[in-house]
Amino acid sequence: MLKLENITLNLPEKDNLLRDVSLSINPGKLTVITGPNGGGKTSLAKIIAGLYVPTSGRIILDDEDITQMSITDRAQKGIAYAFQQPVSFKGINVRTLMGIAAGGEMSEMRMCRILEKVGLCARDYMDREMDSHLSGGEMKRIEIATVLARGAKYIVFDEPEAGIDLWSFTSLIQAFESLKDYEEVALLIISHQERILNIADEIVVIRDGNITQNGTREEVFPTLMKNNSDNYCPKGKEMF
Amino acid sequence: MDKITEEILHEITDWDGVFSGAYSLRENGECISFQNSDHIRIVKKDDKPGIDIYISGKAQNETVYIPACVTKSDVHDLVYNDFHVQSGANVTIVAGCGVHTDAEEGSNHNGIHRFFLESGSHVVYKEKHIGIGEGGGKRVIDPVTYAEIGDGALLEMETLQLGGVDETTRDTSAILKNNAGLIIHESIMTDNEETAVTKFSVDMEGEDSNVDLISRSVAKGNSYQEYSSAINGKCRCKGHSECDAILVGNGRVNASPALNASSTDANLIHEAAIGKIAGEQIIKLMTLGLSEEEAEERIIAGFLGA
Repeated sequence: MLKLENITLNLPEKDNLLRDVSLSINPGKLTVITGPNGGGKTSLAKIIAGLYVPTSGRIILDDEDITQMSITDRAQKGIAYAFQQPVSFKGINVRTLMGIAAGGEMSEMRMCRILEKVGLCARDYMDREMDSHLSGGEMKRIEIATVLARGAKYIVFDEPEAGIDLWSFTSLIQAFESLKDYEEVALLIISHQERILNIADEIVVIRDGNITQNGTREEVFPTLMKNNSDNYCPKGKEMF
Repeated sequence: MDKITEEILHEITDWDGVFSGAYSLRENGECISFQNSDHIRIVKKDDKPGIDIYISGKAQNETVYIPACVTKSDVHDLVYNDFHVQSGANVTIVAGCGVHTDAEEGSNHNGIHRFFLESGSHVVYKEKHIGIGEGGGKRVIDPVTYAEIGDGALLEMETLQLGGVDETTRDTSAILKNNAGLIIHESIMTDNEETAVTKFSVDMEGEDSNVDLISRSVAKGNSYQEYSSAINGKCRCKGHSECDAILVGNGRVNASPALNASSTDANLIHEAAIGKIAGEQIIKLMTLGLSEEEAEERIIAGFLGA
């Protein structure tokens, strides 16, 4: 289990990105974090992956305190993180990046199976560089594929839907659903997408750095739909 | 053959004890062995050190090796190699040079290479430079390359220098005729107090000629690199140059790319970027399980195509 205990995050450019957030991510479950933009969702993902160190609070991974642990050590302990904005590399091709993700050289057959899940043909892409010659959507799909290649126990996807076309999105949903079948894998997806919310086991709503709702899909999803139809500020500010 | 020569050959070529096909091996300023093939003939020059390499149009997918090795201090080697490539030939030339010093006196190798590509020929030229040895003497490699690329011919140059060379000045110039193509991929890494100066000058004289010049460099330690290029579009042609550099430590890079168009149909583009490794690149590879140092190494190796 991955537990966040009373996490607070202040950064030099902004205070209270997260305020006393506590949350448990359980293997065998798909947890979706949703909420208004700027509410703290990505900060939470970065706290888990180790890109941010919390100002206070603890992160417990399978009974071990990993609060001060480096990004590398967390990755080696089974945490995987798919960036919202994919990173480009001059001179590093898809094959190499997938190999790094998998911890060694990857067979073309395996690469084919993983890239297929994000709607890409391995033969067309494995020798292409991860640079500006790829479109934003292609980069995003490869970013997701690198995380799928890791075989990690705790997987965090930050807005995987961005840049993914409708057809590829269907196979991505199927990939998430098949990951749900592994009892030892915990999936955490940050998303606004109704189709992703629809396959969630748990839904957590973060607004203004606070968890405002946390429950099963059956409990939380109907209230989201209701709130959505009310007058609602996308920045989470109070309405007049 | 000297043990150090064997070590250098292994590094700069795919040598595994024998070269198949045509080759000319130079050691400490002398040609120590050479071999012709059915379609590639190597002739020693009479008037100055060096060779003429005559490549017949019948040479298809052949490789010719012309490595140069300097294995000791106080060797000052100057060599003139001319490649005469007949129409229709399709070959790979593996050059490259290694300089080893074991004393306080420096050594240098200056290879003056000229390429004459007849129409429709295709040459891939691979050149790797290394400097090795414990001696304090400077290891210097100063190659000069000149190419005349005929109608519809294509010259692809891949040059790689990955450290150990204290000083290098690389001077490359080319003239392109109608529909001729020139592709250059240059990768240089310097460290410590090393310096590298590279100069390119390309004249596109023929209609629909095109050049793609990609230079990637990494300057570490206190090293210094200077890059200058001039792409001269004199007619309907396409020119693209891209020079990217990564700085590590106190490394410095000075890049001066120039585009000179004297025809309204010349289409010339330049891209350049100099900076340290992007933090997000390191973080991404760390999230895949690499340490910060491993991530940096992978990024630099990928960047240089090493």
